[in-house]
Amino acid sequence: MLKQTEGSKAVAEAIALCRPEVICAYPISPQTHIVEALGEMVKSGELPKCEFINVESEFAAMSVAIGSSAAGARSYTATASQGLLFMVEAVYNASGLGLPIVMTVANRAIGAPINIWNDHSDSLSQRDSGWMQLFAETNQEAVDLHIQAFKLAEELSMPIMVCMDGFILTHAFERVDIPSQEQVDAYLPPFDPRQMLDPAEPISIGAMVGPEAFMEVKYLAHAKQLQALELIPQLAAEFKQTFGRDSGGLVRTYRADDAETMIVAMGSVLGTIKDVVDEMREQGHKVGVLGIISYRPFPLQQVREALVNCKRFLVLEKSLAVGMGGIVATDVRMAVRGTGLKGYTAIAGLGGRPIPKTSLHKLFLEAEQESLEPVTFVDLDWDAVNKQLERERQNRHSGPIAENMLHDKGMSTAAKFG
Amino acid sequence: MANKPFAITLKPGTSLNNLTGSWRTARPVYLDRLPPCNNACPAGEDIQGWLFHAESGDYEQAWRALVENNPLPAVMGRVCYHPCESACNRGQLDSSVGINSVERFLGDEAIRRGWKFAAAAAASGKKVLVVGAGPSGLSAAYHLARMGHKVEIQEAGPLAGGMMRFGIPKYRLPREVLDAEVQRILDLGVTLKLNCKVAHIEQSMQDGGFDAAFLAVGAHIGKRAMIPAGDAAHIVDAVSVLRSMEGEDKPMLGRKVVVYGGGNTAVDVARTVKRMGAEPIIVYRRTRDKAPAHDFEIEEALQEGVMIKWLSTIKQAGDSSITIEKMALDDKGFPQPTGEFETLEADSVVLALGQDVDLSLLDGLPGLEIKNGTVQVAPNMMTGHAGIFAGGDMVPSERTVTVAVGHGKKAARNIDAWLRGTAYQPAPKHELAEAGNLNTWYYSDADKTVRPMLDIIRRQTSFDEVQGGLDETTALFEARRCLSCGNCFECDNCYGVCPDNAVIKLGPGKRFEFKYDYCKGCGLCVAECPCGAIKMVPEDI
Amino acid sequence: MGFQTVKFYQTGTFTVGNRLLAPDERSVQAGEMRSNSISSGHRACQGCGEALGARYAIDAAMAESNGQLIAANATGCLEVFSTPYPESSWQVPWIHSLFGNAPAVATGIAAALKVKGKHDVRVVAQGGDGGTTDIGFGCLSGMFERNDDVLYICYDNEAYMNTGVQRSSATPPAARTATTMPVGNEPGNVFGQGKNLPEIAMAHGIPYVATATVADLRDLEYKVRKAMKIRGARYIQIFVPCPLGWGTASDATILMARLAKETGTFPVFEAEYGEVTGVLKIRNKLPVEEYLKPQKRFAHLFGKHAHPEMIARLQAIADRNIRKYGLLQDQES
Ligand SMILES: Cc1cc2nc3c(=O)[nH]c(=O)nc-3n(C[C@H](O)[C@H](O)[C@H](O)COP(=O)(O)OP(=O)(O)OC[C@H]3O[C@@H](n4cnc5c(N)ncnc54)[C@H](O)[C@@H]3O)c2cc1C
Ligand SMILES: Cc1ncc(C[n+]2csc(CCOP(=O)(O)OP(=O)(O)O)c2C)c(N)n1
Ligand code: SF4
Ligand code: SF4
Ligand code: SF4
Ligand SMILES: [Mg+2]
Repeated sequence: MLKQTEGSKAVAEAIALCRPEVICAYPISPQTHIVEALGEMVKSGELPKCEFINVESEFAAMSVAIGSSAAGARSYTATASQGLLFMVEAVYNASGLGLPIVMTVANRAIGAPINIWNDHSDSLSQRDSGWMQLFAETNQEAVDLHIQAFKLAEELSMPIMVCMDGFILTHAFERVDIPSQEQVDAYLPPFDPRQMLDPAEPISIGAMVGPEAFMEVKYLAHAKQLQALELIPQLAAEFKQTFGRDSGGLVRTYRADDAETMIVAMGSVLGTIKDVVDEMREQGHKVGVLGIISYRPFPLQQVREALVNCKRFLVLEKSLAVGMGGIVATDVRMAVRGTGLKGYTAIAGLGGRPIPKTSLHKLFLEAEQESLEPVTFVDLDWDAVNKQLERERQNRHSGPIAENMLHDKGMSTAAKFG
Repeated sequence: MANKPFAITLKPGTSLNNLTGSWRTARPVYLDRLPPCNNACPAGEDIQGWLFHAESGDYEQAWRALVENNPLPAVMGRVCYHPCESACNRGQLDSSVGINSVERFLGDEAIRRGWKFAAAAAASGKKVLVVGAGPSGLSAAYHLARMGHKVEIQEAGPLAGGMMRFGIPKYRLPREVLDAEVQRILDLGVTLKLNCKVAHIEQSMQDGGFDAAFLAVGAHIGKRAMIPAGDAAHIVDAVSVLRSMEGEDKPMLGRKVVVYGGGNTAVDVARTVKRMGAEPIIVYRRTRDKAPAHDFEIEEALQEGVMIKWLSTIKQAGDSSITIEKMALDDKGFPQPTGEFETLEADSVVLALGQDVDLSLLDGLPGLEIKNGTVQVAPNMMTGHAGIFAGGDMVPSERTVTVAVGHGKKAARNIDAWLRGTAYQPAPKHELAEAGNLNTWYYSDADKTVRPMLDIIRRQTSFDEVQGGLDETTALFEARRCLSCGNCFECDNCYGVCPDNAVIKLGPGKRFEFKYDYCKGCGLCVAECPCGAIKMVPEDI
Repeated sequence: MGFQTVKFYQTGTFTVGNRLLAPDERSVQAGEMRSNSISSGHRACQGCGEALGARYAIDAAMAESNGQLIAANATGCLEVFSTPYPESSWQVPWIHSLFGNAPAVATGIAAALKVKGKHDVRVVAQGGDGGTTDIGFGCLSGMFERNDDVLYICYDNEAYMNTGVQRSSATPPAARTATTMPVGNEPGNVFGQGKNLPEIAMAHGIPYVATATVADLRDLEYKVRKAMKIRGARYIQIFVPCPLGWGTASDATILMARLAKETGTFPVFEAEYGEVTGVLKIRNKLPVEEYLKPQKRFAHLFGKHAHPEMIARLQAIADRNIRKYGLLQDQES
């Protein structure tokens, strides 16, 4: 059913259609609207046979999900940013135990400085946690990916994060096609756990494993994600059959066939990028786009295939490996190793910094001309940065960087969100 | 498990593959220790053993276990001075278990219900003569009969029982109790010949064709003291007085009766006299705490109105009075005359100064050794004359019914072995269960049951039994006060406290076993066993 | 028996069982068919109180739930000694997730069972004192506050044993641990304000809170069984001496627990909805020295450089417990 609705609400409805049995939630912007809506649905009876648990922390949220999933219940939670970091120990544990929990990450920057706006640092910090990570480009895709996520997770007995850009998607009102319950039921079978805490067949889950078997356990987790590389396109194809819509998969290209310059990105920024590419195409530039949906497992082969025919590529990412550069870019470079392709990294939109089309225009042209530095910080206020660096050269104790820069920029107080 | 995650998820209970017994440096082992009560019992009763059955209310089984060693529980439960109770470990906790009262309950219960001894073993074809139907003779006869020997008791007196009948007064041992227990022994097929004094033992053996003999003639000749006495003075000995109580003619002692001596016999005579309506005064040369009589008997006598003159000796006896001299104890605790005199009214004087043995039946018997008027026996109770054994008051030892019964049992076992041409080998004694072996935390507080006493007026005027018995409830209670020293009573503690589940419970009556594959040797089972029935022994590594 | 009701004096209610007790009066541990929830072959130290306490408690919970039980376990000795790959000691469905999240994991299990309509299957969570009073405290409090249907059992051995005996907030004052060494003027652990978790649990107003020790099996079983009859959040703290961490003989584990109770050092009580409803009275009150002396972790309080003033302070704490809970026989509680 087509609806003009908020991204969070749409996702909540999609989750509800997946018949989750246990939902645990702890509030953090910009995830709040999703769990609020689910809470209401459970309370009102709209979402029956579901326990909604208001936990006391994200650590508890993930832990409750671990317990409920291990006891055979389809389990869901959502978080972002600090919340994700607060639950990290349990995040690793859930994947280590092979529990197919689905978690929405409403992507948000990580403090300090505390910042509620979107970038991808939070879920990317969990790159190696053993969770799968799927990135939605639109709210429609967010809806669809959640439905696919349950199926994927449960088939592999591995947890999965569905990542959607905070505010940009979660709080945006768009037209979304919400599937019917019959469609979802036809696509997603009931949860048939691979292992379950059950007095009828007792098992011990969570043994201490020493050097004699630890490597094997880790390899098996890796093998699971390699299997996911096969399964994700399959599930997307099945999805199309049931819902009549292309959604999900590992990667998606746009105007890439004859592109000499490829722009690689994840999430909602792909929309803006496509607009800019359309405009540049009209001007005769051979630019194309590669959107990565599956960040983990990382589809090395599909990325390579998408890029191998271009001359150069630019990875535009909303994340920064401090002291190193791009995070996604590193993986993309790994994918094209040996091809001799020229690759550039652009760090953009950190902490919610807008990514205007004009900036992308300029950036893509420079990429095409191969005049970019290997790593570019899009729309960085060099003036503020240089002033601070100068101050620091003079005096080693120059006060908190954030305060100084806000001062330089003529702003006195930080936004009051958290 | 095939489809479960590798290594992270495990099958239940698989740690059974890990044999932690290899960690052990010492191992627990179950053992039976010798309870101090058993150790102290002169009759060699397995007290803990029969209490065990009494605790579960199985009194017949308890009685049967008891009479394995002692055929006279109803008597014992009245007259035994119960050294077992003095040794009882519970005494260190609150007060000793009332072993004797439970024993009496069992004895009475057996009489009430008519329980009989198990039938004798197959006949051995041997004949044994028992001389004297006192406790020692009866005990020997009982054991020998059960071993399959033909036993004949020859008794000089008109009735069986020895001092149990002709010494111990009725108010302490009702005769129907004694009769019942004697009869039960005779029912085993023992022949009792009354009024049949053995004058010459070898002769009697020969006449009856006996293969062996057990002598238990007791000590019946009252000791005399040199008291200057007028012609009219009426002086008798205690044993005669008590014996005549059993006959038709009760002794004529007058109103004021002086009893001379400080032993149990003196007290018995005084209390008997009191019951006959006279006014007894005990005269004893030392103090109450030096008196050989048991203090509880003195106390009971005093309660009943018996007067006692401590630190006094009789200097002279007249026809209606006596003169006594006050004594004082010297540094060594011996009484010394003070030269201070007093006159007491006395219609008669009863001497209770102990008894000597009448050894006339042994005259001329070769090999015999007599010392201090008693017959010397070897550890197997045999006299210097082969085939003739002796026990009870006539051999050197403490003179009590219980010792006499013990001698009878021991002699019977040795006679049996001797008749078979072997030597009796007693089972090796277990190590003693001392208070330190117990973990008394586990026993709840429970005060000893006090036996009911007859009211004082009836005690002073009748020969009704003074001390009452326990009823079923109180007997059970008392039995259950037993700590079961050194012997597993299946409290399940070891089974419960082992952190390694290394104890197997074998089921009711079968106790427990260690699973040494898993026992790490922590010793908790040993520490927490209430009764000290487990000990740690080092592993040889 | 049955012919009369005689109080069982020989062993009272103190031993594990007794051949003379009617079957329904026997403890779970006395039963030949007890579930032995933790099997032999586990790797706990010799005489480990935690291994014992856990079997006592889980077997009782198994008995009360007719074997319909799932257990969550925090990281700690119990977890490590019971489930090193490739062997598990557990006979019950069991999960270990993390050090600090056992209460939340249990909440999740309870939620799953509820939603699946498995009302007869019950959940216990268990952890050491560190996992309970320190790192898992937040999750525990949350579980209490929501009144989730979980029985949480804390095995209190008064330190982080698994990592080598470091202080936890349940470590008693003056005790030596690897992080509170017996040096300086006030050797051992500080005399802080204490962190009385049973009382904190009571402050949540949950239906049932109790303390117990491995020295009193029947009381322990009674409390576990009682807790299992109740729905909602329940908390039992079981005092489990650790021979390794305390420096006590392996056969003294139960004795130590008994002495902790008999000196008033560890008050044994139960509470419903925040109010104390029963205490286990002291049978023979003993001075704290009796309890402290056999333990190497308190050795610095005795001997050449003794600290009688610190012993006096520990005595004062015990006396306060006795007063507060009315632990003496003739005291109102
Ligand atoms: C007054 C009194 C009270 C006592 N109270 C207690 C008490 O409360 N508790 C206790 O434990 N002990 C008590 N005793 C001691 C106890 O009675 C004796 O130690 C015990 O009876 C000795 O047993 P016995 O079998 O050796 O001898 P006896 O009991 O003396 O029996 C010997 C028997 O042999 C018979 N006899 C003797 N010579 C011959 C012969 N030539 N031929 C055939 N038969 C013969 C006698 O007639 C007698 O029946 C008491 C003793 C007395 C005197
Ligand atoms: C988050 C985290 N921090 C620290 C540890 C290390 N650790 C494992 S067990 C343990 C101590 C456990 O102590 P306690 O909970 O009292 O249980 P015990 O071992 O004493 O039974 C510690 C500190 C860990 N596993 N996880
Ligand atoms: S407690 Fe029982 S076994 Fe121990 S000495 Fe006393 S009667 Fe004998
Ligand atoms: S309690 Fe168990 S492990 Fe310890 S010594 Fe006894 S049987 Fe062995
Ligand atoms: S360190 Fe303590 S708690 Fe841990 S296994 Fe050993 S005895 Fe048990
Ligand atoms: Mg601990």
